[in-house]
Amino acid sequence: MKKTPIELNVNGQTRTVLVEPRELLIHTLREQLELTGPHVGCETSHCGACTVEIDGRSVKSCTLFAVQAAGAEITTVEGLASPDALHVLQTSFREHHGLQCGYCTPGMITRAHRLLQENPNPTEEDVRFGLAGNLCRCTGYQNIVKSVLAAAEELNTQKEAAQA
Amino acid sequence: MNEKAPLDRDERISNLKGMGCSRKRVEDVRFTQGRGNYVDDVKLPGMLFGDFVRSPYAHARIKSIDTEAAKAIPGVIAVLTAADLAPLNLHWMPTLAGDKQMVLADGKVLFQGQEVAFVVAEDRYAAADGIEAVVVDYEELPVITDPFKALADDAVVLREDLEAGADGAHGPRRHHNHIFLWEAGDKTTTEQAIDSADVVAEEMVYYHRTHPCPLETCGSVASMDKITGKLTLWGTFQAPHVVRTVASLLSGIEEHNIRVISPDIGGGFGNKVGVYPGYVCSIVASIVTGKPVKWVEDRMENLMATAFARDYWMKGRISATKEGKITGLECHVTADHGAFDACADPTKFPAGFFHICTGSYDIPTAYVGVDGVYTNKAPGGVAYRCSFRVTEAAYFIERMIEVLAIELDMDAAELRRINFIRQDQFPYQSALGWEYDSGDYHTAWDKAMAAVGYDDLRKEQAEMVEAFKRGESRKLLGIGLTHFTEIVGAGPVKNCDILGMGMFDSCEIRIHPTGSAIARLGTISQGQGHATTFAQILATEIGIQADSITVEEGDTDTAPYGLGTYGSRSTPVAGAATAMAGRKIRAKAQMIAAYLLEVHDDDVEFDVDRFVVKGAPERFKTMKEIAYAAYNQAIPGVEPGLEAVSYYDPPNMTYPFGAYICVMEIDVDTGTHHVRQMYALDDCGTRINPMVIDGQVHGGLTEAYAIAMGQEIAYDEIGNCKTGTLMDFFIPTSFETPHYTTDHTVTPSPHHPIGAKGVGESPNVGGVPAFSNAVHDAFRAFGLRQSHMPHDQWRIWETANKLGMHA
Ligand code: FES
Ligand code: FES
Repeated sequence: MKKTPIELNVNGQTRTVLVEPRELLIHTLREQLELTGPHVGCETSHCGACTVEIDGRSVKSCTLFAVQAAGAEITTVEGLASPDALHVLQTSFREHHGLQCGYCTPGMITRAHRLLQENPNPTEEDVRFGLAGNLCRCTGYQNIVKSVLAAAEELNTQKEAAQA
Repeated sequence: MNEKAPLDRDERISNLKGMGCSRKRVEDVRFTQGRGNYVDDVKLPGMLFGDFVRSPYAHARIKSIDTEAAKAIPGVIAVLTAADLAPLNLHWMPTLAGDKQMVLADGKVLFQGQEVAFVVAEDRYAAADGIEAVVVDYEELPVITDPFKALADDAVVLREDLEAGADGAHGPRRHHNHIFLWEAGDKTTTEQAIDSADVVAEEMVYYHRTHPCPLETCGSVASMDKITGKLTLWGTFQAPHVVRTVASLLSGIEEHNIRVISPDIGGGFGNKVGVYPGYVCSIVASIVTGKPVKWVEDRMENLMATAFARDYWMKGRISATKEGKITGLECHVTADHGAFDACADPTKFPAGFFHICTGSYDIPTAYVGVDGVYTNKAPGGVAYRCSFRVTEAAYFIERMIEVLAIELDMDAAELRRINFIRQDQFPYQSALGWEYDSGDYHTAWDKAMAAVGYDDLRKEQAEMVEAFKRGESRKLLGIGLTHFTEIVGAGPVKNCDILGMGMFDSCEIRIHPTGSAIARLGTISQGQGHATTFAQILATEIGIQADSITVEEGDTDTAPYGLGTYGSRSTPVAGAATAMAGRKIRAKAQMIAAYLLEVHDDDVEFDVDRFVVKGAPERFKTMKEIAYAAYNQAIPGVEPGLEAVSYYDPPNMTYPFGAYICVMEIDVDTGTHHVRQMYALDDCGTRINPMVIDGQVHGGLTEAYAIAMGQEIAYDEIGNCKTGTLMDFFIPTSFETPHYTTDHTVTPSPHHPIGAKGVGESPNVGGVPAFSNAVHDAFRAFGLRQSHMPHDQWRIWETANKLGMHA
């Protein structure tokens, strides 16, 4: 099948890739751009392992053609840390044992990242609802929720410190 | 000279981050940044992609397969069928259970989703095009999805490849669709005890078919280097060394020319113990094409074709005196194994350790018989987050206890208490042949009862029943009790093996000159955090900080031979090997320290991170100093270097136990439920990392919750798998998942070097009966004895409806 060049803006970089119209974004990210953080768990939009951020929204990249993401701003888990420090969510997941096999983790953290922008002061209920599109088979979620709540608190403290 | 400003002893202990501390996991730094390396992340130059044509029918004869059109598709390199594999004798393969299984359909298909042809292409899209173009001509045959019907005289013959009347791997087969009858205990005595008892409860307890469904599916990448003759195989293997041996036996490639690598594994839960056609086909395809070949199944393939779990029909009888003292237990199981017997059990145990089904109770006589049966369903029968068939056993006994309590009109908690094996009875010989190592069930039970406020809960429950009867409320309360005993850590080589390989495990340690270390094990983590916890065991054993110890697993070229990770065997077996290897290091370190301190070997003793001269603690050598000396000094009578290896053959299994209580509200009209409280007390012996243990318990409870409340692999009568996607196959989200309270007691295993018993699977074993018993208990006052899992909304509504509660 014929391939077309498209531009993808991923984690602040513009990359040109050749794709078939039917190529799913998750495959372009993983196989062409070597961003293997997002994973495939179902290919049917149920598990969220493939979650990335596109133009400020959480998107399951297994159910989107790469061509549909041309020109958009895409962030994957690889784009969350700054050059000198991990993102608060990344340290918080480790601190509170929010992961085991790690397969859901990139999608889970990427989703949590967006959730905390949508709602910087979530309750436990908000977090549980807000992460319901991301399945985890290992942790039973209790420590994931704890990690996200702790990260929210930490981010708010940092924000206050920056404003003071 | 010695280091300055001595830390006090407690500081030295805490610096080690040894056993008992909640050390943060070393794995997480990679995983949280998306830097894991799972099998689908493996990318090799020129790599091809293989995918299966699968059968849409559950039972059909294959009249022809036409691959010509597929081969003409751009990007398609090859299409393999059974006819291509036959000359290599790889169209069939042995299963772990002593049966054989088709790699690619040979003349007929026996379950929906069975592998029919393997299309190899330049990428996954071209492979998908190729699959579409393969034309298979099927002739449908009658389908059997019910194991009882499979044993009818006129049932269609499923396995035409098996010689009629010939014995199977586990003795005589009494019917063409029968696989084995496996028995334990004393049938005659048990029948007599039950037939002459005051009270007998009889029930059919069904534990439905489900699936481990780890978030990462199964897959492999095979790379045959024609120049060196070496085959490298990456894959989702819970037992990489066994895979190497099997691959060698099947392919004829010498074992030293095969390197098996289990990279990071995205959860296993038993699904990744089996050997699947995809692994074999990726190897053959790599040999045929001379290129690396990747195979990764999608979710539907995973749920339809790779190893399911459970599917046990357990018909039981339990008897007791009027006072409730149990006198006998009998169980006959009809076990649906699907089209091939591909259960993953130790060879001599075709029904796994199901005969742990006397549970936590002192039952004087018992008998178990398990009939394995073929049907037109996917093969498998793996231990989904449990030791071999232990979840089935625990569910069976914990349901039978509840039914007996109804029969006796007794409180189910009290019935358990009066029948528990007492602490002074350990080591305890069970009627079905096990020797329980240690336990203190009464203490755990009392602690659990007090923690949930059991008596108040019963009062509240009674009030809710009254309110319901008065028509004031439509809600009920269920109190789901469970006291389970697990059997894990397979196992003693004298009776436990897989394909002849004894179920020992191993650890090899090398201490570097500067006092850091690497340890390699025969197991493989799938999220359990081995890199973190095994370093903790070692830190305590050898006095080197856990942060200075690398733990490596999964590469058969470097790791010592081991039987892998499943059945909660890592801590009981490899954990013991680790401690024993550590002790060998310590023994040598002692000689070096004594030499350096110029005293006799017996005059020094180990103290946290050093050897000290007895009675003169100011004279010591740290392990760091000793390690350095091992490499830079000629010590008379001592070889240079500091390394050790241990192969540990456990003397017995370990028997973790726990008391779980689920408090659940049920809405009679909608069938919905709300878990108000889920309390889990685990006793896994010595606790290595409490944080990791809690995490394992949360995860296992969630899988248990799924299984009990909605998760199943269901077929219609013509063998269509109705639950092939995550839309139909229930995996709870964060929103549905209950909140858990964990607790513990500590009863160390007397025969394990550090007293640890293993915990990863307890919460699934104990969780399922706790949730299910809660549902049953809610309806006890209205006459419910037994209903089948999973207790989804519809089934709970139906239960209430059948009890006339909607009238
Ligand atoms: S892989 Fe995209 S939602 Fe599961
Ligand atoms: S940590 Fe394994 S799926 Fe979430």
